[in-house]
Amino acid sequence: MRALAALFVRDLRLAVRVGGGGGIGVLFFLIVVVLMPFAIGPDLALLARIGPAILWLGALLASLLTLDRLFAADHEDGSLDLILMGGTPLELAVAAKALAHWLTTGLPLVIVVPLLGLFMNLDGRASAAVALTLLVGTPALTFIGVIGASLSVALRRGGLLLAVLILPLTVPVLIFGVSASNAAIIGPLPFGTPFTILCALSLVSLVIGIFAAAAALRHGME
Amino acid sequence: MALIDFANPTRFLAFAERVLPWLIGLTVLAFAGGLYLTGGAPDDYQQGATVKIMFLHVPSAWLSMFGWTVMSIAALGTLVWRHPLADVAAKAAAPLGAAFTFLCLTTGSLWGRPMWGTYWVWDARLTSVLVLFLMYLGVIALWHTVEEPSRAGRAAAILTLVGAINIPIIKWSVDWWNTLHQPASVVKLSGPAIHPTILLPLMTMAVAFLLLFFTLHIAAMRNEILRRRVRTLMLMRAQAAPGNAS
Repeated sequence: MRALAALFVRDLRLAVRVGGGGGIGVLFFLIVVVLMPFAIGPDLALLARIGPAILWLGALLASLLTLDRLFAADHEDGSLDLILMGGTPLELAVAAKALAHWLTTGLPLVIVVPLLGLFMNLDGRASAAVALTLLVGTPALTFIGVIGASLSVALRRGGLLLAVLILPLTVPVLIFGVSASNAAIIGPLPFGTPFTILCALSLVSLVIGIFAAAAALRHGME
Repeated sequence: MALIDFANPTRFLAFAERVLPWLIGLTVLAFAGGLYLTGGAPDDYQQGATVKIMFLHVPSAWLSMFGWTVMSIAALGTLVWRHPLADVAAKAAAPLGAAFTFLCLTTGSLWGRPMWGTYWVWDARLTSVLVLFLMYLGVIALWHTVEEPSRAGRAAAILTLVGAINIPIIKWSVDWWNTLHQPASVVKLSGPAIHPTILLPLMTMAVAFLLLFFTLHIAAMRNEILRRRVRTLMLMRAQAAPGNAS
């Protein structure tokens, strides 16, 4: 247990240091959301209508692009081999790393949403709805992403492979996340229905993600 | 003859040599019969002769899901039972499944234009089949990114098992969601809801497609085994070349 806590704290510390990459996800999210009105045009009504979707897509892409940070650095300096050979169950070690990753990458995205909601002409209620769905949905993105990160950890020319593998699996999270946001803003669907499914997706991806990622690490490291 | 008897690649190649001509013959016969029955099937009272796209579209859809199922069983063979030819089976099935999914999406789209008025609609069935197609392409990409075959096989096996959740979603998408696509008409608890004059050609074409899958699959497995032998020979030649340490 202490080993897991130490691993968790280590990952948190590494993420906030220089080169950790914790804040770069937020920057990318900001840039993507700012780019959208340049492409779509300044029609405020239209932006408010598709605002939740744009914020969700930006968060999805920002999560995706920071995923290789999860295992790549440890693989390069050999810490991943030490974790694999250590006494703690690999699934729990992966869970600890993924949780630290979410706290430093996913949670900042959620915190920034009210500001970005202003750019999308979303009122307070709408921004709050999007922030809440992202709070519950970004763990799903992280834990699904950890599967792809573990599959591509040992590849030198991974490139876009991680994105290609992960994006089809994140489609349900995206659908229900936007559906829940829109339900809170316009209705007619009650907010609870897609929101509870979103919570369920996060919980299921927590379980499946860490087992699949641990299996991929065991089989992939030679 | 248990599956484990085919763990020896040479034995499998001998088996493939013997079986393939018969499979090809059976496939040709089945297609001949299926296409003849398709020609003789009655026109739909609303759709006219266009309904006959169904005899291509539905078997392709069934085979696309069957392909991922075959890959999932092969994935279990790789990870759980360590069957030596399981990852060969999985690698051979991936492009076949992708091709059948593409055929399903294309024939469905061409059928949808005259019938629904649109080439595409984002309903549950079409979306989940499109996601299946993207996952097929993802698995093929993963196979081509890792050089060493058995490592690639293990990685692809994990991805296949994670993606297997999509198959029940596709099957029941027309029941769980409000969709434009026709609900389940053949494989359901209360039996098929189609008249025998259309059901028989459909089943014959389905059998023909299935035989086609098996034929192409065994041929592709044979090719993959030979490909790996070529790779090993090339590695051995590079190792024995003058000027090489070892």
